[in-house]
Amino acid sequence: MIQETVGSAKTRGVASIGRLPKINPVFFVLAALLVAITFSNPNFIEPTGYMNFLKRAAPLAILAAGQIYVIVSGGFDLSAGSLITLTVVGSSMLLDNSADATWWVIAVMYAVGLAVGVVNGLVVSYLRVPSLIATLGMMITLNGAAFMWSSGSPRGYLPETFRFFGRASIQGIPLIQFLPVALLVLLVVGFILFWLMHRTNLGRMLHALGDNPRAAQMSGVPIERVRIIAFVASSLSAVTAGILLGGFAGVSTDVGVGYELQAITACVIGGAQLLGGRGSVPASIAGALTLTAIFTLLNFIGLPKPTRDVVQGLILIAAVVLATYRRNRAGGT
Amino acid sequence: MKRLLTAALSAALVAGTAHSQQLNFDDTAEFDRQRTLLTAKANGPEGEPWEQYYGDQMADTAKYKKPGPYTICFSNAGVNNAWRVTGWTNMQAEVKLHPEIKELIHVDAEGSDDKQIADIDDLINGGKCSALIVSPNTTAALTPAVEKACAKLPVIVFDRGVNTKCPVTFIHPVGGYGFGIQAGEFVAATAPAGADVLMLRIVPGVDVLETRASAAKRIFKETGLNVIGEEFTEGDNAKTKSIVEDYLQRGKIDAIWMDAGATAVAALEAFEDAGLPPPIITGEDQQDFLVKWKAEGFKAIAPTYPTYQWRTPIIAAVKVLQGEAVPGPEWVMPQPAITAETLDQYVDAKMPPLHHAMCGCEKLPDYPAAWGGK
Repeated sequence: MIQETVGSAKTRGVASIGRLPKINPVFFVLAALLVAITFSNPNFIEPTGYMNFLKRAAPLAILAAGQIYVIVSGGFDLSAGSLITLTVVGSSMLLDNSADATWWVIAVMYAVGLAVGVVNGLVVSYLRVPSLIATLGMMITLNGAAFMWSSGSPRGYLPETFRFFGRASIQGIPLIQFLPVALLVLLVVGFILFWLMHRTNLGRMLHALGDNPRAAQMSGVPIERVRIIAFVASSLSAVTAGILLGGFAGVSTDVGVGYELQAITACVIGGAQLLGGRGSVPASIAGALTLTAIFTLLNFIGLPKPTRDVVQGLILIAAVVLATYRRNRAGGT
Repeated sequence: MKRLLTAALSAALVAGTAHSQQLNFDDTAEFDRQRTLLTAKANGPEGEPWEQYYGDQMADTAKYKKPGPYTICFSNAGVNNAWRVTGWTNMQAEVKLHPEIKELIHVDAEGSDDKQIADIDDLINGGKCSALIVSPNTTAALTPAVEKACAKLPVIVFDRGVNTKCPVTFIHPVGGYGFGIQAGEFVAATAPAGADVLMLRIVPGVDVLETRASAAKRIFKETGLNVIGEEFTEGDNAKTKSIVEDYLQRGKIDAIWMDAGATAVAALEAFEDAGLPPPIITGEDQQDFLVKWKAEGFKAIAPTYPTYQWRTPIIAAVKVLQGEAVPGPEWVMPQPAITAETLDQYVDAKMPPLHHAMCGCEKLPDYPAAWGGK
């Protein structure tokens, strides 16, 4: 189990090159990308540069930090992207341009997320449907629900009170000048998910379940309950990501498209094992930052779009190969 | 062996057609033709552009004349974006104006060529349709299905075209070059000499979008504007905002040209969040953009791909079945742009943010509720 936080990994990486294999390579990849970005655009080290980057990466990072729960437990959650869409579209419908409604609408959205996670977990646990199929079904259902609800054209704007979380920044902070609220949300959510996964019994049970469900059950892990909690963690993180994305960019009907796969990719870059039993929250967040850094770097270099796609694909494959290589050298779990 | 030969033959055929369809997206003659149309006077009733048309070539429809009431069938490529949602609502409302229409049978292809080909087949074989309206998902793939339908009943095509002249008429606005010209000329006229223009596009390779971009690029080149980038947003707000933020970090942007306005507000917010004044921008007739434009008064234009064109196929179908002549084989309709002078006519904060204002729907039954307005 990998338990370094982002900060400690960095300092130890510098201090002891000899212990390099013990540190998740995703942090080196991320650091290299950030250096490359700085070279291609020196303004990146200004607060507006890196803060915009972190703000933009926050939704994916939160989504990956939730997705890793399901991946560690040995499943996938493909419904996360469509839950983002449902959150944005549903919020715009419920808010109906009224700023006063913000708080209860957010509460309703979390309730919806909770329900989605519980249903996913129940279907996978008790009906024995593979999570890939169960959450694919959920994804189609949620996309349909968002469309039915709005008939394809959401009725309202998202008021500034709602957009606060994804758009606003706290100004006048020494050293960094300003702090995007989205980054604050990432820090809080990231810490909670880190703590649950790596500092509690729940985290140990999740890893045991993903590693060998039968053995976990024999040793007294309530596997159904643990699995449901994993799906709930993923769904609630999707709702959070949805609130941030809606805040960042406003209403659109396809905001969540493709996010589930990006989140899974982020987890894999962070060294997660796709069939379960291995994965870490900080590394998944770093994976999400890496993915966003790749997009940003290629934007900055200004390559033509087709070349950019090729390079992006190659970097992704390289990052995943690196993660797998390290895992093999470590001798499995 | 025979099967192999058939396969090889059909592969060659496919390759052949694919080659012949390598369209030129930067056609000078077509550019000039559409530029002329933009300022030409259209025929038809004043103030009702959905009934207007350019030129005077008419299609003879005497052979389709039959007594009512009619069942109109509509094979729709999809209702998968806000533009199509507004359009489809227009069409349903238009049907209510025609007592001679007994029923509108709507089949949604959900953005799939295969499904649409099967849908058209089912509609023909169902034997209920008096006339068939097709909004093709893609041009080449739907051509054979439309040809098959033409043999059985009058067919009206609108929005995207097909590679056959068999339909009674093909209804569409001026075209992609026209859109690109309106937006491009506005930027060229408004921006200072040598200004930096960022081009934001949805995706590459779609004919109507490629022509919009090629027309604008031609104008920028002619007037000596500096195109600092051509980026693809996939119509995604977050991606659009990120792209613009990145460009702003590296330098200045004087004007933003867009091939479709869905993400115009996101692009503007990138300036807002960076504490910069709004750029010169070209959007589209989506309400969220118009409302922001009205409130902040930046320099903008909103060319349109008018959704009122969804009314016209119903009007045309009824005329065809009554044996009246309609413009054909092409029914080219006006494609107005919303300017600062005409903004007030179109902006309406009570309509939903993704509503397309150039809908010609204000006097239709159930407006504004059916369009989601208040």
